Amino acid sequence: MSPSIVSLKRVSRRFVGDIFALREVSLEIARGELVAIVGPSGSGKSTMLNIIGTLDRASSGTVEIDGLKLAELNDDDLSALRAHRIGFVFQHFHLSPGVSALDNVADGLLYTGTGLRQRRERAEAALRDVGLGHRLDHRPHQLSGGEKQRTAIARALARRPLLLLADEPTGALDSSSGEGVVQLLLGLHRQGTAVVVITHDRDLAARFDRQATMRDGQLVADTRREAA
Amino acid sequence: MSGLQPARLLAVDIVRLAAYGLTARPLRVVLSALGIAIGIAAMLAVVGISTSSRAQLNQLLTELGTNLLSASPGTSLFGDAATMPPESVAMLGRIPEVETVSAIGVLADTRIYRSSRIPASQSGGLAVYAARLDLMETLSASVAAGSWLNAATSTYPAVVLGARAAARLGIGRGLIGQQVWLGGRWFTVVGILAPVSLVPMLDLSALIGWPAGERYLDFEGDITTLYVRTDSDAVETVRTLLAATANPEAPNEVDVSSPSDALAAEAAADIAFTGLLLGLGAVALLVGGIGVANTMVISVLERRADIGLRRSQGATRGHIRLQFFGEALLLALLGGGSGVLIGALVTIGYARLQGWPVDIPAWVPIGGMAATLLIGGVAGLYPAIRAARLAPTEALSVG
Repeated sequence: MSPSIVSLKRVSRRFVGDIFALREVSLEIARGELVAIVGPSGSGKSTMLNIIGTLDRASSGTVEIDGLKLAELNDDDLSALRAHRIGFVFQHFHLSPGVSALDNVADGLLYTGTGLRQRRERAEAALRDVGLGHRLDHRPHQLSGGEKQRTAIARALARRPLLLLADEPTGALDSSSGEGVVQLLLGLHRQGTAVVVITHDRDLAARFDRQATMRDGQLVADTRREAA
Repeated sequence: MSGLQPARLLAVDIVRLAAYGLTARPLRVVLSALGIAIGIAAMLAVVGISTSSRAQLNQLLTELGTNLLSASPGTSLFGDAATMPPESVAMLGRIPEVETVSAIGVLADTRIYRSSRIPASQSGGLAVYAARLDLMETLSASVAAGSWLNAATSTYPAVVLGARAAARLGIGRGLIGQQVWLGGRWFTVVGILAPVSLVPMLDLSALIGWPAGERYLDFEGDITTLYVRTDSDAVETVRTLLAATANPEAPNEVDVSSPSDALAAEAAADIAFTGLLLGLGAVALLVGGIGVANTMVISVLERRADIGLRRSQGATRGHIRLQFFGEALLLALLGGGSGVLIGALVTIGYARLQGWPVDIPAWVPIGGMAATLLIGGVAGLYPAIRAARLAPTEALSVG
């Protein structure tokens, strides 16, 4: 088993018109590592996260997730990889309106081949883990921003991913709600999940073990804090 | 590669996904299902009403029998109206396969009026016939009010009116015993006939007794039409004998027909009309299908973020395709199901109103649902493929 959960080697992502969103980026992320990706808008953070998350493919270079070379996998294999090993948290939550928190989370398990009863059980457990045991039947519009994002995190962690990718998870939240979300992500990391977070927030990034700084599609700095 | 097998969605989950997509926009679902519902309902009602009407006619034919033959003298070679000799009734009665024979004879110059004060020109188009007493039995006809002529009343100035003739003269059921002005003298109405399905001509006629015609109205006793009820298995045999027996001197002048043919022709004419309406229903169905396709295309556009999210959670292109395809099918089924229901209700209501038996052949709802599935499938195919082709990153970027 490969020691790295994520391994990028000289990865580029070129869009139509020879615009490079990512230019020869190499990055290794170990299992269970906690990484913040920082950098200005348009620096290629989200593109890199999409490639790590197998939502997008690299134009050149090699990407390995959990020891699997993505170039050798077809679309269905990538889907299965996402279903079983990768969790996503988005800035805007992407919760289904009109569906209870429980079912939003349970639906996140739909593509793992889990039966409905088991999906609900695992969803309930995940919601309790994020402190929303009392909000199971609430619909998204009845939840606060922080609660919505915690629901989205519960949805990602119900699948027990090896790798959790979060794109500006606190971007749409006030600072106290944001803090709750950060605590959750740190907690996940302590339980052994590799967590990669994109953030604008320098203070937030400073609390992470490792900071990767991007600019103009390139990795310009990769600093590690001494293990606490 | 272990653990990388995309999960297969359970059928229950596909239905749940499809239903969830529909519940998000109930009004739109109702409107776009309505198109298909109208198409299916129209087709089902058209077929149902016409089969019910045919069932009614068939029932009528069974009741009245197809073993009735009628013979008219027709026209002679020289174009004159021919007549049949009065003895032909007795002659026909001697054919073993003949069950009953009856006859009517027209009183060509005799008119009937409500009273003697009505101008002669306002005859109302009613004909006067002398009828033999066994006419009712031979035609399976019955009286709606009063009674049929009997041996006594047939020799006196008594008249039985056809159903529409009575209405035209303004004589209701309660007015049996009234006098009418017939052939220049008063006749008493003794009965009113129920509509005679096999010989609708009689509905517009006044019938008097054979002897009464001869005694009061200078009736010469010539037969206008012979009615013969035969053994059911011998209709064709009797048909060939009929002309020769009815008028041995000029069999070529005799027109033989079977009155039930007219009813059967009515049933057949209905089918041609049904074809036209069915075509209209098919057009409605097609428009309904386009409505479903339209709704689905919009739905895909609106739910790009949802598609992206599902892809990020491990949905394959196939899963997404299945979801939207299932949604289109469900939408069409919803329309088809309510269409079958509405069409059946319309058919039942209409048949009840007409007093017909309800007859909806099983192939109609089954065919309707099959057509619905086909249309839903075709309509859903393109949107489903479009949804599946959406790149996850593109779908998610909608925000």
